[in-house]
Amino acid sequence: MSSQQPQFSENDQRELAQFLEAENAKARIQQTVHTLTDSCWDKCISKVNNKLDRSEEACLSNCVERFLDTSLFIVKRLEDLRGSGM
Amino acid sequence: MSDYSSSFGAPELSNKKQEVMEQVRGELAMANAQELINKINEKCYLKCVPKPGPRLESGEQQCLSKCMDRYMEAWNVVSRSYVNRIQRESQNQQMM
Repeated sequence: MSSQQPQFSENDQRELAQFLEAENAKARIQQTVHTLTDSCWDKCISKVNNKLDRSEEACLSNCVERFLDTSLFIVKRLEDLRGSGM
Repeated sequence: MSDYSSSFGAPELSNKKQEVMEQVRGELAMANAQELINKINEKCYLKCVPKPGPRLESGEQQCLSKCMDRYMEAWNVVSRSYVNRIQRESQNQQMM
């Protein structure tokens, strides 16, 4: 090995690989939260008040859940369509 | 190959690993903060400055302050709902 840089041991490499995968998963979740907050804010918050009231919080929570239901629905329908020989 | 770097007095190497991990955490945190700031800017400008004048009026500034707080609260509500749902879905999958 002619490189001047320190080489990580196999254990360290493994640990770093796992670490990076975990951090990437977290980052993907956060990106989805950004996207969901963006569209759910538009749907749920009409006026800026001094705090989020219960109906706004419920709307935001429903917004997230229905988005995920939609996602599952679409996948299932695609499977059904494929099953019926499409 | 055993873990030479940590156990045999090459502290520079295990420090380097920590350094790399800290750097990654830091960069991801910054990217997340930047995204949040951009969203707040966009949404709160829309809500609070509907008719841009020659300066930001105090009413507009108050609205912007409140809007920032509301948006961050909304982000937390969405985050909690999303993470809870993911956990529930993964539990359902495991039970199948």
